[in-house]
Amino acid sequence: MGMCVPAYAQEASDDVRHIGEVEVHASKAETVIEGQTLSGEQMEALRHHSVADAMRYFSGVQLKDYGGVGGMKTVNIRSMGSNHLGVFYDGIQLGNAQNGIVDLGKYSMDNLEEITLYNGEKSSVFQPAKDFGSSGTLYLRSRRPLFMEGERNNFKFTARGGSFGLKNISGLWEHKWSKKVTSSLSAEFTDATGKYDFRYKRVNQKGEVMWDTTATRNNGDIQAERVEAYVQGNIDEGLWNVKAYFYNSERGIPGAIVNNVWKHAQRQWDRNFFIQSHSQKAWLDGRLESQFNIKYAWDKMRYLNPDTTLRYVDNTFRQHEVYVSSATHYIVFDDTEDDSARRRGKLDVGLSVDYQWNGLKGVLQGTDFVSRNTVLLAGAAGYQWWRLKLMASVMGTFVRDRMTDNTSECTPSVFLSMTPVKGNKDLELRAFYKRIFRMPTFNDLYYTDMGNKYLEPEYTTQYDVGITWKHAWAHNILRRLELKADGYFNQVDNKIVAVPKGNSQYRWMMMNLGYVEILGAEFQFKTDWQFSPDWRLDFGGNYTYQKARDYSDPKDNDPVAGTWGGQIAYIPWHSASAMGTLTWLMKRNMDLMLNYSFIYTGERYHGSSNILANYEQPWYTHDLSLRYGLRLRHVRLAATLEVNNVFDQQYDVVLNYPMPGRNFKGIISCEF
Amino acid sequence: MRVLNIILLCLSLTLLWGCREDQVVILSESVPVAPPMLPEEEAKGLLGFYLLNEGNMGSNKCTLDFMDLQTGIYHRNIYGEANPEVPKELGDVGNDIAIYGGRLYAVINCSNKVEVMDKWTARRIGQIDIPNCRYIKFDGGYAYVTSYAGPVVTNNPNYDQIGYVAKVDTATLQVVARCEVGFQPDELEIVNGRMYVANSGGYMSPKYETTVSVIDMESFTVVKEIEVAVNLHRLKADRNGLLWVSSRGDYEYTPSQLYIIDLADEEVCGSVDVGVSSMCLAGDSLYILADDYSYLDNGWRGAAYSIVDVVEQQVVSDKFIKDGTERDIKMPYGISVNPVNGDIYVTNATSFVDPGRLICYSKQGLKKWEVRTGDIPAHFAYLWR
Repeated sequence: MGMCVPAYAQEASDDVRHIGEVEVHASKAETVIEGQTLSGEQMEALRHHSVADAMRYFSGVQLKDYGGVGGMKTVNIRSMGSNHLGVFYDGIQLGNAQNGIVDLGKYSMDNLEEITLYNGEKSSVFQPAKDFGSSGTLYLRSRRPLFMEGERNNFKFTARGGSFGLKNISGLWEHKWSKKVTSSLSAEFTDATGKYDFRYKRVNQKGEVMWDTTATRNNGDIQAERVEAYVQGNIDEGLWNVKAYFYNSERGIPGAIVNNVWKHAQRQWDRNFFIQSHSQKAWLDGRLESQFNIKYAWDKMRYLNPDTTLRYVDNTFRQHEVYVSSATHYIVFDDTEDDSARRRGKLDVGLSVDYQWNGLKGVLQGTDFVSRNTVLLAGAAGYQWWRLKLMASVMGTFVRDRMTDNTSECTPSVFLSMTPVKGNKDLELRAFYKRIFRMPTFNDLYYTDMGNKYLEPEYTTQYDVGITWKHAWAHNILRRLELKADGYFNQVDNKIVAVPKGNSQYRWMMMNLGYVEILGAEFQFKTDWQFSPDWRLDFGGNYTYQKARDYSDPKDNDPVAGTWGGQIAYIPWHSASAMGTLTWLMKRNMDLMLNYSFIYTGERYHGSSNILANYEQPWYTHDLSLRYGLRLRHVRLAATLEVNNVFDQQYDVVLNYPMPGRNFKGIISCEF
Repeated sequence: MRVLNIILLCLSLTLLWGCREDQVVILSESVPVAPPMLPEEEAKGLLGFYLLNEGNMGSNKCTLDFMDLQTGIYHRNIYGEANPEVPKELGDVGNDIAIYGGRLYAVINCSNKVEVMDKWTARRIGQIDIPNCRYIKFDGGYAYVTSYAGPVVTNNPNYDQIGYVAKVDTATLQVVARCEVGFQPDELEIVNGRMYVANSGGYMSPKYETTVSVIDMESFTVVKEIEVAVNLHRLKADRNGLLWVSSRGDYEYTPSQLYIIDLADEEVCGSVDVGVSSMCLAGDSLYILADDYSYLDNGWRGAAYSIVDVVEQQVVSDKFIKDGTERDIKMPYGISVNPVNGDIYVTNATSFVDPGRLICYSKQGLKKWEVRTGDIPAHFAYLWR
């Protein structure tokens, strides 16, 4: 790798980093099954996308995208629904007790170093109980300050502009206060009109154009500010950090494009603040280790519908969250390094306790304030015996809600991995089982005209088996090859769905109605090529097959149009993505990086009744970006040009929400 | 390089699964569901009926079906084929349909328009722009359409909007006059130079409207407000001088209920203890579908299929479906009675996001046939020779 690639990109995945004088403490707790990770150069190539866009390159992920810069983006892993994905920012979960959905379009990658997705959970015995509490977990890790020998300050400035009237600037200042304490402060401002042209067209059976309309997407504007501060320190056999985050935005909600209605006026204001702290310390040479987490979050959301042809709505919701967590693990014995040992095994046990309080104030069914107390208890044991790793955990969830029945649940998970060939870690087999649930959100329970306080939690059960083969060559052109395959079966039970009640559609109701079975297969490959000392290529791709069938209503079993056994809404049978990054080290201080990425979403239906009227065509986009990097003494400069949706495909991800066609972005950044 | 070949092969396979093509206008589908009409029935002049499917809000899937009673063939989704050149088809959420003169009028609530079509071909003639329009009736060459979207009431912190009735010249398709009524007016009925409008106040829960507005057709102004009950919805005038009004209730303590207004003195003169979500008057029989919901006990109060005799003013049958097939109806939604042979048509809106069903029962309450419709089948208009 060249000098011009930022140091953090090269070193990010190492457990213990020695850069300058900084040493980062690493835990001895292990993960049984690795997650899918985006870091290093691929992260660099996707730097200017949102987290949601970057996640499209993970397998098993479906993105729901309402289009544009300000449009909501949520992800759904393995067809279980976006409410089942837990999103963790620097180790602590981002919550939204109101609607359970974290809009990943809001999180920029500007300040991130690595994102990792785990199916089931991160299979580690040493983590907060919350980390055991979702059907899948996504970890966003922000950039950690690293300093070159003798440096005390790092600065980075980035400016972006392009289609949708996008204007964005961000700045980062990192400072080393002492050998053990460093900090970072970053800020970002975004302004975009969100306008783009879209086109709808129909032809008749002979292929003659019947209508062809191009219009401008309106009311997709956004103005947003983000400020983040981060202080971290090292202590003997441990570390601590404190993070504060503030986000403020105003955006238009572009709405569905329907006959005679081509623009909307709804608006939304969001203000999010949180402060969180994590600390961790080991004793007994790392055999005993504890962590302590604490967080306070405050969110304000205002929704305004000023459209006088519709119901006037001006609602403000305020949420508070208090979270405290403690986790400890203890390695009972570890003979894995000891050749003379009788057992050659390792036993690691962990226990975590979390407490969380959520409050929501706003216009709700019959009340204006609701709160919820949650206690989570998780116990886990990891056992390693020869080449087999096993982890089992049990999680207890105790929810006390002011207005609904209390919930107490106990859910298990088991993770297993092994390297079957002695003395060779190339081949790995893995399997997991996990049962977990999500609580109904405050909106599900109490939202005016819609909430149903009798809702039960929604359960998921996952079974997965997988195989990985990877190999690295020191002198081959192909430096590294990784092949992964997984097969899985998921059940979603008691699925919470919205149903209009009675005649007229302005009153809806949340009900526990659904049962869905998902059978899936995922394949991934990753390759690293080194053609010459100056030319590198990273190329990888993945393919997902999913059969996600709706078994909610046995009476609706018409063989043609019945929903019984039909593929559920918006889940394609086939989806795939590919990404390649070609790096050319032009000179010692100059490089050029070309990135190509491709997303394919196959045919699907927008309802469980798989008939022509519900059919949605496949869509696929090709994105290109070119980055030029230059290093002048201690100053690193980069200029990037992005062309997204190169072939200008006109498509909807969600029915009647047109997506942008070809669009451009230019970025310059300076780091010193 | 073998690996690269495999990769390229995989990629090209990806492309073979399917490419995006131009979207083709969806043609109508014809399904034979019933035997052709007998010659003696044909003489009575009823040719068939249109069925308007509402389509879920935001889906733009309001569709039009036609049941040809002469041939017994059901034509599903005819608008797109009849009008392939109309962008974004019929629209979002159909709320009412009616035939007047040679034309078919479909009130498309969330597309803020009344679509005007030729009644024989369903070819588009034009549209009447009325925001948040709900129900339609005709009188003397004019169409009258209720709308939720009147002027915003000032000095009111909630920006409440008064509803109105638009008077539309059917010759020019222009709104020629407006008459403000209560909040969120729904169905309307015109009897003897008076118009009666059911005000719901549905946007203002829990402070629902409780009145029927009476409009003098001559001056087109509100002359009276009749106090009835909360959240009024449907209105039907019978031939005996009574007006039957349904209240949706408040979904909590007050259940849905049927009220009677005596048109002679324009006052409530009674009520019948039956919930109503949809109703249809045939002769002296008022056919009623009920599927009332209450937040309090977390339950639908159960579907009911009853007949109220408008002369006796009481429920004469609490089950007009006699063969037990009503158990297959997940969400009873729309009802209509064939004016010639008395067949009862009930629609099933299923889950509201999946295709619905139209079920035909004989006058005796036995199921004759069933057919798949569009999403949320709801409103009927009969086509006569």
